[in-house]
Amino acid sequence: MSEEILSLTAAQAAERVRTGELSATELFETYRERAAGEDLNAFLWVADEAPDAADGPLGGLPLAVKDLFCVEDVPSAAGSRILEGYRPPYTATAVRKLREAGATVLGKTNQDEFAMGSSNENSGYGPVQNPWDRERVPGGSSGGSAAAVAAGLAPWAIGTDTGGSIRQPAALCGIVGLKPTYGAVSRYGMIAFASSLDQCGPLTRDVTDAALLFKHVVGRDRCDSTSLEFPEQVALPSAERLDGMRFGVPPELSGEGVEPGVREVFERALRTIEDLGGSLEELSLPHSPHGIAAYYVIAPAEASANLARYDGVRYGPRSGNGDLTEMYEQTRHAGFGPEVRRRIMLGTYALSSGYYEAYYGRAQRVRTKIAEDFKAAFEKVDLIVTPTSPTVAFKLGERTADPLAMYMSDYCTVPMPLAGIPAISIPGGLSEGLPVGIQLAGPAFSENRIFEGAYALEQAIGFEGVPVA
Amino acid sequence: MTDGAAREYEPVIGLEIHCQLKTRTKMFCGCALSFGDEPNTHICPVCLGHPGSLPVTNEKAVEYGLMIALALGCEIATRSIFHRKNYFYPDLPKGYQISQYDIPLASGGRLGDVRIHRVHLEEDAAKLVHAGASGRIHGSEASVVDFNRGGTPLVEIVTEPDLRSAEEAAEFGRLLQATLRQMGVSDAHMEEGSLRADANVSIRPAGEAIFGTKTELKNMNSWSFLRRGIQAEIQRQEEILRAGEGVEQETLHFDPQTGALSPLRSKEEAHDYRYFPEPDLVPLAPTEDMRESAKAAIPELPAQRAERFESELGLTEETARVLAHRFELGDFYEQAMAAGDGAADPTTLANWVKNELVPRVGDSEPDQWKVEPAALARLVALVGEKAVSQSAAKEVLDALVSDGGDPQAIVDAKGLAAAGADELADVVDRALAANPDVVEKLKADPGSKAVGAIVGAVMRETKGRADGGAVQRLIRERIG
Repeated sequence: MSEEILSLTAAQAAERVRTGELSATELFETYRERAAGEDLNAFLWVADEAPDAADGPLGGLPLAVKDLFCVEDVPSAAGSRILEGYRPPYTATAVRKLREAGATVLGKTNQDEFAMGSSNENSGYGPVQNPWDRERVPGGSSGGSAAAVAAGLAPWAIGTDTGGSIRQPAALCGIVGLKPTYGAVSRYGMIAFASSLDQCGPLTRDVTDAALLFKHVVGRDRCDSTSLEFPEQVALPSAERLDGMRFGVPPELSGEGVEPGVREVFERALRTIEDLGGSLEELSLPHSPHGIAAYYVIAPAEASANLARYDGVRYGPRSGNGDLTEMYEQTRHAGFGPEVRRRIMLGTYALSSGYYEAYYGRAQRVRTKIAEDFKAAFEKVDLIVTPTSPTVAFKLGERTADPLAMYMSDYCTVPMPLAGIPAISIPGGLSEGLPVGIQLAGPAFSENRIFEGAYALEQAIGFEGVPVA
Repeated sequence: MTDGAAREYEPVIGLEIHCQLKTRTKMFCGCALSFGDEPNTHICPVCLGHPGSLPVTNEKAVEYGLMIALALGCEIATRSIFHRKNYFYPDLPKGYQISQYDIPLASGGRLGDVRIHRVHLEEDAAKLVHAGASGRIHGSEASVVDFNRGGTPLVEIVTEPDLRSAEEAAEFGRLLQATLRQMGVSDAHMEEGSLRADANVSIRPAGEAIFGTKTELKNMNSWSFLRRGIQAEIQRQEEILRAGEGVEQETLHFDPQTGALSPLRSKEEAHDYRYFPEPDLVPLAPTEDMRESAKAAIPELPAQRAERFESELGLTEETARVLAHRFELGDFYEQAMAAGDGAADPTTLANWVKNELVPRVGDSEPDQWKVEPAALARLVALVGEKAVSQSAAKEVLDALVSDGGDPQAIVDAKGLAAAGADELADVVDRALAANPDVVEKLKADPGSKAVGAIVGAVMRETKGRADGGAVQRLIRERIG
C-alpha cells in the first residue's frame, strides 16, 4: 500500500482522499514516516503526528514547506543560525491558504540561508544531498523542497524563487518548479531575501500538480501591498498538442555557457515542440546577459536592509557583553554565514552615498531594459524556451570556493524575476544520468498558457522520476 | 532685531516639525495608537519587525497627510515614493525606517509668511527607557524598549529657511500647531511628544545673500524652549564669528534647565542612511477622490478664523491673531462667547482672554486648565453688571485658574461682591470726614486730583470691592 501511495501525484492522492479510497491520515502518516527518517538532510523539522482530517479540495495532502515560510509555533529559521529556535507568532498567507484548502504542513525543508545560494550548501544546518547522486547538490536555494519531492519524501512542496531558487533545484532534481508572476502570490510571512524579486511557488512531480497548488495559493492579499488579483481562473492543463503555439529561443540564454549534455537535451525538447505542432523562432533578449550583474546588485541591496532586523533585540539568539555595538556585531557575526555576510556587504556598498547611482541606479536601468526585451519578445511569441540551468547538478563543494561560478548557475533563470514574469522548469531528460530542466517563460499572468505548454511537452517527453528507494 | 549684536548678523532659521497623526491605527499595521498604556501591549509582527511581515499603508494617515498638505497650500505629488532609511538602533525594529525621500507626498507650500519646503509621511520609532545614571544608551545599566509607539504615523513638515528670529520661529510654530489641531489630525502636544520641533540655525552678516554654516537643534519640547534654544544658539554662533572662527556643522541639544547647548553628533559621525525605494510598498498615488475628500475635511483654519474674529466680531487684528493662532484660545474664546448667549461684548471678553487668561495659563496645555469658558463668561458678565469690581474680578480669575469653580461662588466665599450703595455711602462719608483738608481742596477745585486720596481710602476700606466710578460719583454728590 505504502509504495502505491508514494506513486501517486498530489492531484491523484487528493482525488483518492476525496472519493474515500484513501484515508488522509494514512496518506499523511506514510509521508511523515519517510520525512522523519530521511537522510538527505532535506527536512529541518517534521510534524509529530497526523493532524485531524482536513476538509477541502486538498484534503489531508501533506505539504513540504521551505523553512523561510513563517508557520505559527513551528520552527521557521530561513536556514539561518540567526533564527535558530525562532517560532513565529503568525503564519504566512501562502501556507494559510493551502491549509484552508485542506493541505497539512508535513515539515520545514532545508534551504540556503535566507535563500542566498544555488546549491543549498549555504544552509546554516548543513547541505542537502541530491537523491539522484548523493555526492551532488540538489540546487538551491529551495534545495530541501526539491530533494524532498524528488525522493518521494513529500508529495509536493512550496519554495521561493528570487533568481532561480525554485526552477534551478527543480531542474537539478528532475521535478517541476514554477516561479509565478511577481505579485500573483502573497509574500506575507515569507522571510524576505530580496523583496522586489521573491515569489512563492510550487515544486511538484508534474505540471498538473504545479497548477493545482498554484490555483490554491494565488490572489491578492491585503497584507501584501504588492500582491494582485489573478486575472483569470487557474485551470488544470489538458492540451496534448502545441498547435499554433509560437516558441521563442533566445540564443543569449541557450548557447554559450550551456554544457553540451544539457544543450543536447534542450535541442531534443525543441524538436519535440515542433513534433507537437509548435513553431520555433530564434529571438534575441539582448540585455539578458547582464541579468546576473544587475541581480547581484539589486538583490543584495534589498537584502542588506531586509536582514538588518536580525539584531538580537527582539527574537533569535543574542551575543555580546551588554554593549550595544558589540551586541550587534557579535550577534550578526555568529548568526550569519559567510555568503550572507558577503551579500550584506555587497548590498550595503551598492547603496552607499556616492555609489548609489553607479550601482543600484544603473542596475535598475538594466532591469528595465531586460523587462523591455521580454515585452518586445512576447509580441512575437507566446512562450520563451531555454535550458533552466547551464549544467546538471554539480558535486558538493565544487563551487563553494568560487562565488562567481556559483552565481552563474542562475544565468538562465535570473532575467525572468528581474522582469517579474512567470517561468516553469520541467524535466527534459537526463544527461550523464542526471536530470536536465527545460524552462518555459511567458508574459505576466500567463501561467495558464505556461501550464498548457509545459503539460503537452511533459506528456511527450515522458520523464521518469528518480527511482524511489 | 532686538539688540545691538543682532544688527550685525542676521539669523536664518528653518524648522523641521515631526507630528504624530491621530489615526486609529499605526502607519503600516493594524495596531491601535496609544499613549501611556502598559508597555508592549499594542504590538504585532509588523510593528515588531518580525521576519516575513510586510507593511500596508494606513489610508487615514494618507488622508491626514493630504489635508495637511492642502492646508499648507502644497502641491501634491501624483506618485510619491516610500523609501527605506537604514540605520541600526534598538528603537527601530526593522533596522530601517519607512520614510519618504526624493519624492515626498507634497512640496512647495506656505503658512503665513513662511514657505513650506515639503510634507512627507513616515513611521515613528519605538520608545527607549534607559536604567542607570547616564540616561543614554551608552553607559546605561540596561535599556528596555516599549514598542507601543513604534510605527505611529508621522508627518514631517519642513520649512524653507525663511525665519529671521527666535520669536518668529516660535510664533510660526504656534500657528502650525494650531493649524494641525484645528484639523483634528494630531494632538500636536509638545510635552507628550506628539509634536517635535527641530531648528536649523545659521547666521550671516546682515545683507549677505549666502547662508552661513548651519547647526541643528534637536527635539525642543515647548515653544518657549525653542525660542530660548535658538536665541542661545544665535548668540553662540555670533561669539564664534566675532572671535574670527568658523561655525561647525553639528547637531546640538539645548538644555532648558541650564540654558547650555551640547553637541549630539558632528558631521563626521553623520549617518549614511542608504536610502532606497521601499520594495514592499507601491507608489502612493492619491486619486482625485482622495484629494477632494481631504479638501472637504479641512475646517476653518487659524488664519481664516483670525479674519472672521476681525470682520464679524470687531476684534483688533492683534487680538484676533493671538486668539486664533492658538487653537485652544480661539476655542476657549468662542465657547465663552457661546456660553454668554450673545450677551457678552466680544471685545471685552477677548481682552479678558488675551490680557488676563493668557498670562495666567502660560504655555500649558488646555487639558490642564481648570477654568471653564462659561465661568470666564460669567465673571466678565459680573464685572459688566458691576457686581464685582475689576480688581476683585482678577482675584476671582486667579482662583478659577488655580482651582476652577463658579465665579459667583468664589465671590461669595471670599466676600468680594461689589460694595452696595448704602455701605458705600457710609464708607465715603467716613473717608470725607477723616480728610477735611481734601474736602476743602475739592470744594475749591472739583477736578482736583486730590480726589484720589478719598477713592484710595474707600478702596482700602472695602478691600477693592468698590466700583471706582461709583465712588467718584458719590464723592461729587457729597461735595456738590
